[in-house]
Amino acid sequence: MSDASDRPPERPNDRLDERLSERLAASRRPVVGVADDAELLRFSTAGSVDDGKSTLIGRLLYDTKTVFEDQVRHVEDVSRRRGDERVNLALLTDGLRAEREQGITIDVAYRYFATRKRKFVIADTPGHIQYTRNMVTGASTASLAIILVDARHGMVEQSRRHAFIASLLRIPHLVFAVNKMDLVDWSETRFEEIEDEFRNFAARLDVQDIAFIPISALTGANVVEHSRDTPWYHGPTLLYHLETVHIASDRNLIDVRFPVQRVIRPESAEFPDYRGYAGQVAGGVLRPGDEIVALPSGLSTRITRIEQLGQDLDAAFPPMSVTVHLADDLDVSRGDLLCRPNNQPIVGQDLDAMVCWMSERPLAARGRYAIKHTTRWGRAVVTDLLYRLDVNTGHRDEAAPELKLNDLGRIRLRTTTPILYDPYRRNRMTGSFILVDEANNTTVAAGMLLAPE
Amino acid sequence: MMRSYCRSHLRTLEDEAVHILRELAAERERPCLLFSGGKDSIVLLRLAEKAFRPARFPFPLLHVDTGHNFPETLEYRDRRVAELGERLVVASVQDSIDKGRVTEETGPRASRNRLQTTTLLDAIEDQQFDAAIGGARRDEERARAKERIFSHRDEFGQWDPKNQRPELWALYNGRVRRGEHMRVFPLSNWTELDVWQYIALEDIPLPALYFAHQREVFERDGMLYASNPHIKLLPGERIRTEVVRFRTIGDMTCTGAVASDARTLEAVIAEVAAARITERGATRADDRFTEAAMEDRKREGYF
Ligand SMILES: Nc1nc2c(ncn2[C@@H]2O[C@H](COP(=O)(O)OP(=O)(O)O)[C@@H](O)[C@H]2O)c(=O)[nH]1
Repeated sequence: MSDASDRPPERPNDRLDERLSERLAASRRPVVGVADDAELLRFSTAGSVDDGKSTLIGRLLYDTKTVFEDQVRHVEDVSRRRGDERVNLALLTDGLRAEREQGITIDVAYRYFATRKRKFVIADTPGHIQYTRNMVTGASTASLAIILVDARHGMVEQSRRHAFIASLLRIPHLVFAVNKMDLVDWSETRFEEIEDEFRNFAARLDVQDIAFIPISALTGANVVEHSRDTPWYHGPTLLYHLETVHIASDRNLIDVRFPVQRVIRPESAEFPDYRGYAGQVAGGVLRPGDEIVALPSGLSTRITRIEQLGQDLDAAFPPMSVTVHLADDLDVSRGDLLCRPNNQPIVGQDLDAMVCWMSERPLAARGRYAIKHTTRWGRAVVTDLLYRLDVNTGHRDEAAPELKLNDLGRIRLRTTTPILYDPYRRNRMTGSFILVDEANNTTVAAGMLLAPE
Repeated sequence: MMRSYCRSHLRTLEDEAVHILRELAAERERPCLLFSGGKDSIVLLRLAEKAFRPARFPFPLLHVDTGHNFPETLEYRDRRVAELGERLVVASVQDSIDKGRVTEETGPRASRNRLQTTTLLDAIEDQQFDAAIGGARRDEERARAKERIFSHRDEFGQWDPKNQRPELWALYNGRVRRGEHMRVFPLSNWTELDVWQYIALEDIPLPALYFAHQREVFERDGMLYASNPHIKLLPGERIRTEVVRFRTIGDMTCTGAVASDARTLEAVIAEVAAARITERGATRADDRFTEAAMEDRKREGYF
């Protein structure tokens, strides 16, 4: 997977400044504590090699005081030992040894930092086309994507791909961080050119919210503090944007969807008749007293109680993990779904989906796999490969005989049991699935369901 | 009235962890929960209560006892297990040594830390566990940053970082073949500070070791260690009394203490928020030896 041919081109000579750690240290903010009620924001970062992604993440971690002294010392030691003339901040964010040796981020790595307002989970993903599956993985849980762009090069093929994947995975917020503004003399014209170029392209994408921020990861301009070098820029800094972007309405709070994960029945002397349906709310707002229908049986009843470890709740909404009690003893088990009578998901065995193929063994029509959708496992056969999608151009190749590792494409599946789903664009939790190769148990595809035609 | 339906980061992490535990319980037949007596596994117990009560946990607790535990840890373990009414399985490193499965290290820097891996893997095999829930966090160490929440182990208990299953959305793939097992990490997305804030939020009792107390210590390699019968002093090392607390709790031989006067949860949280050195860097001798120490141990099947 990672032989010599995967290697990126050699890095240019503009290495990190020698005294970067000193400058970073000087710019460090005072100690922050995270407020108990701070929200969680998951975002992914993607960029081509050398766009400055590692430097940017290093700076975000450092300026929010997430990088500890021993980690900085460690990175300095390693840089010295490897004979680098300068401290390489990328080492802070590169995890595994093989990757460190190759000098490239291959897998998805997760990083954490927090400010007073929010806690952040970064899915740091590699940008190269042969790592599309890693990008898709990182994007699957992200509410926001930062796409790094080198101000000197503007929109390149990779940036188009990153934006395209973000829109396909329905990441609601996109940020183009136009980096290395110091190398284009902080030019407003250059920034506007890039913005125009992207806006034209992004008009064809399905993204609700797009922001453009001119930054320099190296100097820190507009990352945490506004920069005097860009007096013409009046928008938020990158960190401020991350702290304030409105994420509450990213969840589907309309369609009640409660996939049952587990039936809790203690059958103990203390709780002889207790029967609770445990799960994580995938959509809508559930309340005691609500009429609901259990699918696939179609029987209806009422919610009598919603609890969490004995504590009663007056409402449950995504992403809460709760236990629901029902008025009648219906035969509800794991894999079933509770919803409102007048707002039900699609029930189907013939599914249309976009998939990202993640295995060395290609997908071919007639391939058989295990499928996991919400809390339900089943079996599926690929009945049709409609087209392979070129992630760089958006071109649909209808003659493609198969999907290879990192390919995206549209397929049709037939499942052994009905699947209770929503189109992915309506609900990321009830609209997604994975395919698993039963011969070796590996996950081979990520799928996003489409509305039936 | 419009409501905002906000969920705090701590509750969001809790929701995720509870979901993971319930998925695991459905995906695997014979899981166990690795309980060390440390704060992360203490939080796991609370999350298991949230996931399964009022029923019993669908798994026993497994403690790998190095024989070099702090007595406070064992007391806490036994008290907590009794309160919960759950089953505890103890796998003992001393037994592994007696059976000749492993050889005790010698010398003043001897530690049973590495030996635990064999004891753990033997216990998993003997008891036919097909999954082990652990309290590891991705923020602890760089090698962990890329590990999956459901992390596959081959029939030798080994982790292959180059060949991990993709993990998408919250759709966990817990499938294994006979003889293989899963490690499952519900706290993957938690940081040290999250763990402390959650302990405060939920008012979870902790072993006294985590709070500042007077203790006989000696200094080695710039770290403070508890004076204990399992460790021999090197020339020049002297026992003295200090006010310290522990940030992690492992073996007495390799868990360092930090000078601190934080005697309450609030004080500890303030200290953690202000800390300038990572938890492991500050207090775990085991990670300091080589650049890729943790990665090597994890490949072999370490926690
Ligand atoms: N001049 C300048 N150089 C930068 C900036 N950001 C990153 N670099 C340099 O670009 C090179 C690649 O950066 P790196 O963060 O490793 O890129 P990655 O491959 O995207 O992770 C390094 O030499 C950095 O010092 C910037 O804002 N301005």
